[in-house]
Amino acid sequence: MNILEAPSEKLLAGIRKLLAEKNIATEAEIAERIRITDEASPARGAAMVARAWTDPDYKALMLRDGTLAAEAMGVPMRGLPPLGVLENTAELHNLVVCTLCSCYPRAVLGYPPFWFKSAAYRARAVRDPRAMLVEFGTTIPDDMKLEVVDSTADYRWMVLPRRPAGTEGWSAEQLAALVHEGDMIGITVPRVK
Amino acid sequence: MSEATPRAMHDLGGVSKFMCEAVDAEPHALNDFDRTVDAIRGILGGKKVMGVDELRRNIEAIPEADYLRLSYYQRWIRAITAHLLRQGVITEAELIAAMEDA
Amino acid sequence: MLASGTPVRVKLDWPETRGPCHIRTPHYLRGHQGVVVRHLGDFPNPEALAFRRPEQILPLYHVRFPMAGLWPDQHGNNTVLVELYESWLEAA
Repeated sequence: MNILEAPSEKLLAGIRKLLAEKNIATEAEIAERIRITDEASPARGAAMVARAWTDPDYKALMLRDGTLAAEAMGVPMRGLPPLGVLENTAELHNLVVCTLCSCYPRAVLGYPPFWFKSAAYRARAVRDPRAMLVEFGTTIPDDMKLEVVDSTADYRWMVLPRRPAGTEGWSAEQLAALVHEGDMIGITVPRVK
Repeated sequence: MSEATPRAMHDLGGVSKFMCEAVDAEPHALNDFDRTVDAIRGILGGKKVMGVDELRRNIEAIPEADYLRLSYYQRWIRAITAHLLRQGVITEAELIAAMEDA
Repeated sequence: MLASGTPVRVKLDWPETRGPCHIRTPHYLRGHQGVVVRHLGDFPNPEALAFRRPEQILPLYHVRFPMAGLWPDQHGNNTVLVELYESWLEAA
């Protein structure tokens, strides 16, 4: 039998043992890597969005160079793909997908969620995005342009959503609490409860 | 139209058979297996043992029935294994022995 | 270097039919016409990196396509914006 068809848990156990023996990936390195990866979460992206809503200079930086904007918030970006930021406006809604695999702005949003990696999402986003968004509770008005950004190559993309009405005078922390993972991919928009 | 194209199985944009499938929006939290595989790939990338394009190429080489059956990180460990074997970082005999011991 | 606003066509090519390969140009764009939005920088060609072949550094562009031209069943003002390497683009 083809060894690649062995149960995944067994493959992992074997690979893990060999990589440790060969000093390529030790147990300590794996634990450290998981710890670092788990530190990235949508809270990072939300903090960037909230700052962009309250600081025009920061917003300009974010739209010009997402990597620099992330670094300005203390997010380590070294060695990672460049980050691009797509601005939602009254006329335009952006939606991010990766039809070929699962390219995701992990540095600022963490691990990609299950739905982002699913075949249905990857297939429908570039062909039937408005109906798909309705399933996520998001209705894009007919007169609003919808741009679907297919992450095919060297960039990772996040959406800068629109600031909801009724949030005048809110602090950056209050604003950040409104912003969720899906809002920065474009499947949902931030709402005031 | 595009249905007639000789697309690769992972090249899913607009593929008709998924157009009526609802997107599963449940969170499906990652487990230890997922996190460990993710971490190993990251380490192999950092040490130039396996680049992201090499990961993708090996995922894309998984037969379609297996690709659709395997979970996301199950595809990854299979792709990582295929790459390490092909590059001679590990041998099949070593792997068989390690899997028996583990 | 292609300037913003340049009309381009994605090559109607199927390397998939010629053996093992790694392609970052989605199938649904092959042969379709779009417009260059901007140059995103120059990057090593992933099609070569995937096979440890000597890599070329290629210009990467953001290219916009009206969704209506890609599929038969379209409603609404939708566009697709995609990163494409210069090797996949030809004059429209």
